Amino acid sequence: MHPAGPAAQHIATLWWVMLAGAVAIFVFTMLLLALAFRKRRDEERAEQGREGLWLAGLGLAFPLTVLGALLVYGLVIGERLMPRDHPDRVTVSAEARQWEWRFGYADRPGHATTGLLHIPAGQPVDVEITSVDVIHGFWVPRLAGKLDAIPGHVNILRIEAWEPGDYAGVSGEFSGAGYREHRFTVRAHDAAGWTAFLEGTE
Amino acid sequence: MTALRRHRALTKIWASESGWRRWFSTVNHSDLGLMFMCVSVFHFLVAGVLAMLIRAQLASPRSAFMGADVYNQVFTMHGTLMMFLFAIPMFEGLTIYLLPKLLGSRDLAFPRLTAYGFWCYVFGGSMLIFALIAGIAPDSGWFMYPPLSSTLGSPGINPDFWLIGITFVEISAISAAVEIVVTVLRYRAPGMTLAKMPIYAWYALITAMMILTGFPPLILGSILLELERAFGLPFFQVAEGGDSLLWQHLFWLFGHPEVYIIFLPAAGVISTILPVMARTTLLGYGWIVAAAASLGVLSFGLWVHHMFTTGIPHLSLAFFSAASTLVAVPTAVQIFAWIGTLTKGRPELHMPLRWILAFFATFVIGGLTGVMVAVVPFDWQAHDTHFIVAHLHYVLVGGFVFPMLAALYYWLPHITGRKQFFRLGETAFWLVTLGFHVTFLAMHWVGLLGQRRRTETYDPGQGWEAINLISSIGGFVMAIGFALVIVDVVVNAAVAIRGRRNPWRAGTMEWAMPTPAPAYNFASLMPVDSREPLHADSSLPLRMARGEGYLGEARNGLRETLAVAISTGRPEYLVILPGNTMLPISMAFVTGFFFLGLLIKVYWLVPLAAVGVIALALRWVWGLGSRQDQGPQEVGRGLSLPPVSEVADPPGWWGMLFLLLADATLFGSLLFGYAFLWTVAPNWPPPAWMQPDPALLAIAAAAVLGPLGLRLAQGALARGRGLGAGLGLAALGLIAALLAAGLVLLHLPAPQTHAYDATVWVLMGYSLVHCGVGLLMTGQMAARRVAGFLSPARRGELRIVQLWVDYATLTALLSLAAAVLPGVLS
Repeated sequence: MHPAGPAAQHIATLWWVMLAGAVAIFVFTMLLLALAFRKRRDEERAEQGREGLWLAGLGLAFPLTVLGALLVYGLVIGERLMPRDHPDRVTVSAEARQWEWRFGYADRPGHATTGLLHIPAGQPVDVEITSVDVIHGFWVPRLAGKLDAIPGHVNILRIEAWEPGDYAGVSGEFSGAGYREHRFTVRAHDAAGWTAFLEGTE
Repeated sequence: MTALRRHRALTKIWASESGWRRWFSTVNHSDLGLMFMCVSVFHFLVAGVLAMLIRAQLASPRSAFMGADVYNQVFTMHGTLMMFLFAIPMFEGLTIYLLPKLLGSRDLAFPRLTAYGFWCYVFGGSMLIFALIAGIAPDSGWFMYPPLSSTLGSPGINPDFWLIGITFVEISAISAAVEIVVTVLRYRAPGMTLAKMPIYAWYALITAMMILTGFPPLILGSILLELERAFGLPFFQVAEGGDSLLWQHLFWLFGHPEVYIIFLPAAGVISTILPVMARTTLLGYGWIVAAAASLGVLSFGLWVHHMFTTGIPHLSLAFFSAASTLVAVPTAVQIFAWIGTLTKGRPELHMPLRWILAFFATFVIGGLTGVMVAVVPFDWQAHDTHFIVAHLHYVLVGGFVFPMLAALYYWLPHITGRKQFFRLGETAFWLVTLGFHVTFLAMHWVGLLGQRRRTETYDPGQGWEAINLISSIGGFVMAIGFALVIVDVVVNAAVAIRGRRNPWRAGTMEWAMPTPAPAYNFASLMPVDSREPLHADSSLPLRMARGEGYLGEARNGLRETLAVAISTGRPEYLVILPGNTMLPISMAFVTGFFFLGLLIKVYWLVPLAAVGVIALALRWVWGLGSRQDQGPQEVGRGLSLPPVSEVADPPGWWGMLFLLLADATLFGSLLFGYAFLWTVAPNWPPPAWMQPDPALLAIAAAAVLGPLGLRLAQGALARGRGLGAGLGLAALGLIAALLAAGLVLLHLPAPQTHAYDATVWVLMGYSLVHCGVGLLMTGQMAARRVAGFLSPARRGELRIVQLWVDYATLTALLSLAAAVLPGVLS
């Protein structure tokens, strides 16, 4: 994962935090398991088999605390990824079919591109995603998570690229024989390039 | 009577036939349990070979080994076979084999139903295997999302094999589940209260209840999708008011409970074996039962977490994210109860415990990655990548396959009567576990690097080559390990030396019998008042063999066992179980023609097969019961109990109750789907709503005569009077319900017009089938009254029919109300 935008960055941070926590919990559990095999006197064994410790403590309280914290953290990040109002927001549309992507632009009505989505760099972009045949998924891994393209529904995904450049996009939902080659490119322009694109002089 | 003579006399009554006929006519639970397990292992091997094909394909970039069309069939069938034809049948087989033995009973509640389910499983499975060999297997993923799986994305026959074959196989899941629930509730050792049950029985009960409520949404979804594919009813086509998301809801409403339906039996195995291996008792029995039950309930609130990327509103995402992380809590309770049990005992590292340790090391990782993907933003990245593939294999292999291998090594001495002699199993253990972790740890990584699942190959230069190659090598090592396990089991089963009884010194009842198990299980049924009866009284096996318990005499050539009160375990009545018969396999065969007709679109075959199934079903139930009152019968130890024909709630009544629970879930899912389309799908309302007219309402009102008539008949039978008036009224009521449904269908535009019309069409079809069957049952009651099967003492079967007719009438009226409701509101 090499994040190139705020959404992907948040998710990458989330991943590293969760990985660290998961490794710690795994090591702790395996340690407890290994300790069960050490040699002890019978009284010690009976003493160590208390329901309160194992069930109420480790079984209930421990996961509830960890999961509660994680849930709050996940929700906060989820809020940040929401497509909220923003003065510089740009809206584009993405329409999937087997096996092609067509893009339209609110700021340049009537213009459509196939397989190449133009966006301005450094500005939040809302992608209105839909499909005309089967279910597909819109996914630019370095910019954001994925959202499905479903016939009859429009889903909105907020993406943003920090730097101008080309970012690879793929379909993220199995769609039959042409699924692997169902790709597109997102081209983030600098301010001048974006103006040129909107005016049709690129 | 000596123990040996008792053994011979009971064997003569209970044994399956000898020679080749045995395999086709047996109704014995030990035979059928083993047959179930063997066939499920066969499917495991086929699916395993498909997995190796996948790993061979992905070992190098740009591999030319398979094209996308073949690859899509291979991964679809790998998932489908593993989930539907290996995991669930393995649970059914193990439980069918073990449950009566654990409970100290002689057989399951409905032996012929066990056999029928088994043959439905075999015939349905062979449809899918045929499709695989013929190269026309399903290829739209094991989750079958329309429109890709509908005529738009898959015009060929491929998805029909899935929809029809799997629905056929699910008959076996539903019948096994009904059977398991009734057996746990009513067929236990005398005196065994619910709280004294071996822990596995609790897990089996909870899992079976989950099958009854979890599978119907999938069965309904399959029916709707097949109706769309075959006849153009537009449930999932957005232009005509359908919505492809409806399938995803129905599928995951099944699909998430499915994961726990697979995990819970494995947890039951661990809870049974682990204390024995640690020479102690299970820590926190009550906690574990509560945890398993809450897993069962919670798992129905999680389905949306498979749909986080479908554009669900943020608030519901938060709710389902919370529910998904919460489900980790009861799992943690069980994990720590097991580690605590090991800590308070003295663990001995035999093969079963080794596999349980492999479970811990694997499943805990799978659980932790599961919590990660329950966090929505992370799921948006990981969804549909190899990270998810790795996660689900950690959960399913760690949480099911490894515990099943523990079960295999634990109960193999019981099944064969031999002792483990050859030590190949230890080598196999290391090959499988190390191979597994190499394969799937690597897969997490390549998933995070962005490799998508369900892509048949990849381009070089993305840093994926080495990881995929390592993953494939690990996969092949694991496959060699599994092959070695099978060699080990076959060799030990065939040529190892005879072992002593109860080699693990366990306390549960299945070890109180000679091994291999005799056909009758227990020579007599001893009262039990401990969770480990063999630890409480080590002379128990001897006393049972001597006939000191109930039913110690082999008499009249009848297969006798006891039914007990649900909570207390007090003996309540004497049950006579049916003997060997070809009826189940014949009925499964004719049922197969019903599904085959649908599959190859030879529609005249379908009603013909349906008539055949009805005829066989009538024959099936005709032989039950008795033509005279017998009064209380001696059952030994000075106790007399009424025979099953003379009680108000025979096992058949309980079986019907739980079958109707599954049926009601199907009906509820249909109403849910209707409400979902009405409120969420674009392109509603339809061109026209159905309007209620007074004639329809009047006819519908007459339907209440059905339940009313049966109550009259019940009263008349109690007083020894004729049933004509009551049954006649009931028939009139059912005919009124049929008429009402028919009228609606007459007034409805073609069901292809709009999803609304299609839904009403299915609701009416549902009523027609249920009321039609009710009418047949009512007619059969009249015939059985004439033939002398009913008397004031023998009223149980009339109550079974009453249950069905009540249900059919209620759902018919609800269907009519649902059909006209939007018209009334608008």
